[in-house]
Amino acid sequence: MSVRLTVEKLGVSYRGDGRETEVLKDVSFELRAGERLAIIGESGSGKSTLALAIAGLLPAGSRVDGNVRWPELGRQPINGRDLGFVFQDPSSSLNPVLTIGEQIAEVVRAHLGMAWREAYAHAEMLLGRVRLPDPASALRAFPHQLSGGQRQRVAIAEAIAARPSLLIADEATSALDTIVQADIVKLIEELVVEDGVSLMFISHDIALASQIADRIAVFRHGRLVEIGEAEQIVDAPREAYTKSLLAAHMGLDTPSLLSPEAVA
Amino acid sequence: MSAPLLTATGLRKRFDSRGRAVDALDDVSFEVAPGETLALVGPSGSGKTTAARALMRLTELDGGEVRFDSEDLLALKGARLRAVRARLQMVFQDPRAAFNPRATVARVLDDPLRIHGIVPRARRPEAIAQLLRRVGLSPDLATRAIHDISGGQRQRVAIARAIATHPRLIVLDEAVSALDVSVRGQILELLLDLQRSQDIAYLFISHDLGVVRAIAHRVAIMDKGRIVETGGAAGVIANPQSSTGQALVAAAPKLRHRG
Amino acid sequence: MSLLRRFLRTPEAVAGALILAALVAMALAAPLLFPRDPLSIAGPALLPPFQDWSLPLGTDRLGRDVLAELFHGARTSIAVGLAAAATSIAIGATIGTLAGFAGGLTDEVLMRITDAFQTVPGFLLALAFVSVVGPSLAVVVIAIALGAWTGPARVARAEVLSIRERDYVASARVIGMHPLEIAFREVLPNALPPVLALSSIIVAAAILVEAALSFLGLGDPNRVTWGGMIAEGRAVLRSAPFLSIIPGIALVLTVLGVYLAGEGFVEASAARKRQS
Repeated sequence: MSVRLTVEKLGVSYRGDGRETEVLKDVSFELRAGERLAIIGESGSGKSTLALAIAGLLPAGSRVDGNVRWPELGRQPINGRDLGFVFQDPSSSLNPVLTIGEQIAEVVRAHLGMAWREAYAHAEMLLGRVRLPDPASALRAFPHQLSGGQRQRVAIAEAIAARPSLLIADEATSALDTIVQADIVKLIEELVVEDGVSLMFISHDIALASQIADRIAVFRHGRLVEIGEAEQIVDAPREAYTKSLLAAHMGLDTPSLLSPEAVA
Repeated sequence: MSAPLLTATGLRKRFDSRGRAVDALDDVSFEVAPGETLALVGPSGSGKTTAARALMRLTELDGGEVRFDSEDLLALKGARLRAVRARLQMVFQDPRAAFNPRATVARVLDDPLRIHGIVPRARRPEAIAQLLRRVGLSPDLATRAIHDISGGQRQRVAIARAIATHPRLIVLDEAVSALDVSVRGQILELLLDLQRSQDIAYLFISHDLGVVRAIAHRVAIMDKGRIVETGGAAGVIANPQSSTGQALVAAAPKLRHRG
Repeated sequence: MSLLRRFLRTPEAVAGALILAALVAMALAAPLLFPRDPLSIAGPALLPPFQDWSLPLGTDRLGRDVLAELFHGARTSIAVGLAAAATSIAIGATIGTLAGFAGGLTDEVLMRITDAFQTVPGFLLALAFVSVVGPSLAVVVIAIALGAWTGPARVARAEVLSIRERDYVASARVIGMHPLEIAFREVLPNALPPVLALSSIIVAAAILVEAALSFLGLGDPNRVTWGGMIAEGRAVLRSAPFLSIIPGIALVLTVLGVYLAGEGFVEASAARKRQS
């Protein structure tokens, strides 16, 4: 498979109040075409900064070292066109005064050069692809009329509207309950496989990541601690930090913390 | 088992949502025994947070009865209600939002001690230091601003504030959901330690079955304003009977192992 | 970046601050530079400006030193402006907080009272109050505040309505805090910043209302005021226009300075908020 994205010795520092804080240090990895890579880390690990750096969305005044290359494109990527972004909070990425149809059609028009009528039809097709019940009426709905999970589906439809080659999902399911989260993760996985899109799935939940990703990259304090096949990271982690993350995971097979007689 | 500490019977609450009446609570009944953890689990909109806020009298109910420590909780008003609050505490999901942005650690711990007259003013600094040590924090933290400490420290301060008045029951509303996983385990250990040493009961609101299994004695699964299943935590999670319970179990993130 | 450095970055804010600094310096220096009573006679009547360098801005109809009057007048303007703004913000924030926090009937009653005050022009209210109670500095301050507290009350109420739904207010209720303590200790301090942003407008308006009252002869008679000076000069507007123009310019500059500095401050704090 060809290499879609190369991150080389990437470093990012934010300046503020006369101090410079290094949020990413010396990060290098490759993302192949159609590959699903999970970026795992706790708060302050730099995982969201990594996504912003790749999307070129870093705040003004941040210093970037190293580089991010797109070998297939041979140019700088265009957000929305080459790269789709799904954030944690869909209400902040959707415009509250435009209908769902207008927002998605706008993206389609801008990047695929369709006329309005065509763009609306395309938008309806996209809403069907993200399994929104009744796409035709959803086109005319406003974001506040949808539930959190439905809004996140709309945000995904918008992100994949222009058939980008990379989809970045930054904690895209963290604000949802587990049932909706499982549905959305499944949806993202299906879409990515169907379209041959590469996925960067940013999450704090290593179990969730292991379900969707081919490879997992573990971040801590701005550094890439370990990267490897998902099963290798789960079953044979090399780094102590990865082990501690796995130990902290609470699954349905984790023993209860209560004394045995209390649970009986 | 001993007499229940809290008995909620037939709780009802209806909200108007976009012109449509929605039953947030539809005849919800449950009990919590002294020193026990009951988890209320369910998808968003199932009514679990409404139930928690109703018990705390932050949301007024349309119907139902709550007996707490042999008092009719919903009938209490003014000074008598405020007095009962010493025995019934709550920890919120987002420790950043749950504190006055201008407050210091010392101030948020001083409030309950002062309001309920637990410690005279002169001895309060020592009591605050003790509370901080009890939740595993350094007493030096007292002078720091709330916004200046980490999320895990903040949630420990929230727990310290809740236990300051020696409560019998603490409602934990998604209290560990916003924390990093490495911090989450420590906070759960702290909660269990407090429960064992001070016989505190918890009403643990969560949508995360993994965490619920780790610390709850019993679990009540909610969906669309109703309790659809109750039982021992391990049993319900191992073998859920309700469709909501089965969906929650199926949706819980699981580590993907080789093979 | 500090608030002060942000503030000093915008030229308008710096201009406003310089004007205000000059005004405060005038007010502070008045008793030192002009220790005599500014209402006492200093020279011949109606001496034009720049003729006699011991009386640089000339004298008025009664032979009083215009420059001394100007300096002492600055004291009155600043005192009235600040006191009236402080009073109206205190009243407004208290009423707005109570209305927003209590809700229900209390809110309804307090907001209808606010409406009633807001429908009467502030200046008429001040005029009526001073004519009934009699002119003195304290009465003028209260009279101006009477018309100016409604703005802060509305802003405070709107802010409180959003703050009272926050978790930390719920958390204060949960620990059994008395509602009045929650309103004034937890909610009000966090509702204040947008209310304080109104202060420059209120100070500027208060200075103008005070000048207008003095112009109509309803100012404190024992103090020099710029409005009084303008009124005084009006009788000889054709022969000695400078008597009205000089305090008029002082008034315009002061209001401009207060306004620019206030805007600059609001901008600077908004920019700092964006950054954090």
